[in-house]
Amino acid sequence: MRTDIRNITPSTPYTGLTEGLQLYAAGTSRQFMSGEWRTSTPVLDMEKCRQCLLCAPVCPDSCIPVADGKRQAFDYDHCKGCGICAAVCPFGAIAMTED
Amino acid sequence: MNHTDKNCKTIQMTSREIRDRMSGNEAVAYAIRQIDPDVMPAFPITPSTEIPQMVSTYIANGEIGTEFIPVESEHSAMSAAIGAEAAGARTITATSSAGLALMWEELLLAASNRLPVVLALVNRTLSGPININCDHSDGMGARDTGWIQIYAENNQEAYDNYIQAFPIAEDPRVHLPVMICQDGFITSHAVENISLLEDDAVKRFVGQYEPEEFLLNPGRPVSVGPYAVSDYSMEAKKGQEDAMERAGSVILETAERFCRMSGRKYGFFEEYRMEDAEYVLLLMGSAAGTAKAAVDQLRQQGIRAGVLKLRVFRPFPAAELAEAIRRCGCRALAILDRCESYNGVGGPLGSEVTQALYRAKVYTETVNYIYGLAGRDFTVEHVFGIVDELRDVADGKVLPPDHKYIGLRS
Ligand code: SF4
Ligand code: SF4
Repeated sequence: MRTDIRNITPSTPYTGLTEGLQLYAAGTSRQFMSGEWRTSTPVLDMEKCRQCLLCAPVCPDSCIPVADGKRQAFDYDHCKGCGICAAVCPFGAIAMTED
Repeated sequence: MNHTDKNCKTIQMTSREIRDRMSGNEAVAYAIRQIDPDVMPAFPITPSTEIPQMVSTYIANGEIGTEFIPVESEHSAMSAAIGAEAAGARTITATSSAGLALMWEELLLAASNRLPVVLALVNRTLSGPININCDHSDGMGARDTGWIQIYAENNQEAYDNYIQAFPIAEDPRVHLPVMICQDGFITSHAVENISLLEDDAVKRFVGQYEPEEFLLNPGRPVSVGPYAVSDYSMEAKKGQEDAMERAGSVILETAERFCRMSGRKYGFFEEYRMEDAEYVLLLMGSAAGTAKAAVDQLRQQGIRAGVLKLRVFRPFPAAELAEAIRRCGCRALAILDRCESYNGVGGPLGSEVTQALYRAKVYTETVNYIYGLAGRDFTVEHVFGIVDELRDVADGKVLPPDHKYIGLRS
């Protein structure tokens, strides 16, 4: 049975869940705020950033959006704080801070 | 022919009978050719190797369009089966023993993701000691993985059960994977007479696979196997358990439909000379043939012995089994396990059958025997010894031993 999973909450009885917990939608992980798991946070220093764009493609969680040829602010809803972007940045523009 | 039923015989059979002779592995491969499934990932392991080998030959000869995926292990075979089934393809595989053990993690995923994969299990002991012969430790070890399990006595039942697996697994009330089990070498390699069905009849019976939801379905996205937090995991498991309970009636409906096609009747178990049986042997697989032959001889001597051959082990027909034992007025029951549980008190059938009897308040004497491990012979003389012991137990001459080995040198 195709169910709008937004109608399923922690108070839904077990018979109201989908078979095998299938999700009948695409890109649903966006709604899951996995950034809450983070214990370390990348912080961008705009002064140092040269927009070389080396950081964006290496983020395993696609948390560095790019628009008009420029990297945008971190997507902290999903960033796990792995630090790969900071390690890759040739200009020291990303600092990892402990939460 | 076993299981021929009067009610069923009155109905016009919808398939002509084709008489042949073949091994259990050949019979399953023959059924696969008739069904022409979409995908078969498999890795060879004795004694099931012939099944993928024969299917490969059918494919090479252009007789079927099945996509065969050669993999590097059974872990990959079941992983590929899960992917293919989720994508919307009717998917099968075959394995034995350590091969099934290597599929462990994926067996659970196939079931929890509600994917109707069909696996031909040719039962072989698990190491160690390393040994290639039959016992049920592989299938029994997977008894809590969420798979439906159906056991065959002979090549005919392996063939018939295999064809019935698809309508059971793919039924929207079920959506669970099915293991069709036959005894390694004893059934898988011994050539016996068999009654086959027409290709068209089998194709009609199994039908086209039309899953409601599948990955390769443009415009109707679905995610399979998402992470579940504790708020949902327990509910998901109960939902899966409900499907297993519903599988019982679907198995019986499918058996009825199969009977109309073939004239051969199946249920959760077969009751052989059970009407008034005082001494009953409960067991699964090929040894049932030996038990039946022994019971025929005992009956000639006036000893009221019977056989209850369990066919469907998952879902476990607890209430029906207990009722069958109650109905016949059994004085003592031998529960025969072809598997050791290493729990100090017996085998898996011993545990589950006695639980079923107790819950149904059927308080007959029981003895749990362990037999046939790693291909050890099981003979009519063994059955005579068991029934002698059951009589002594029922007459109060001896206390019922528990967890007793048959044919062990001591
Ligand atoms: S810390 Fe890791 S997850 Fe967060 S933006 Fe950088 S690369 Fe992505
Ligand atoms: S790698 Fe550093 S300099 Fe380059 S775009 Fe990213 S933050 Fe800016």
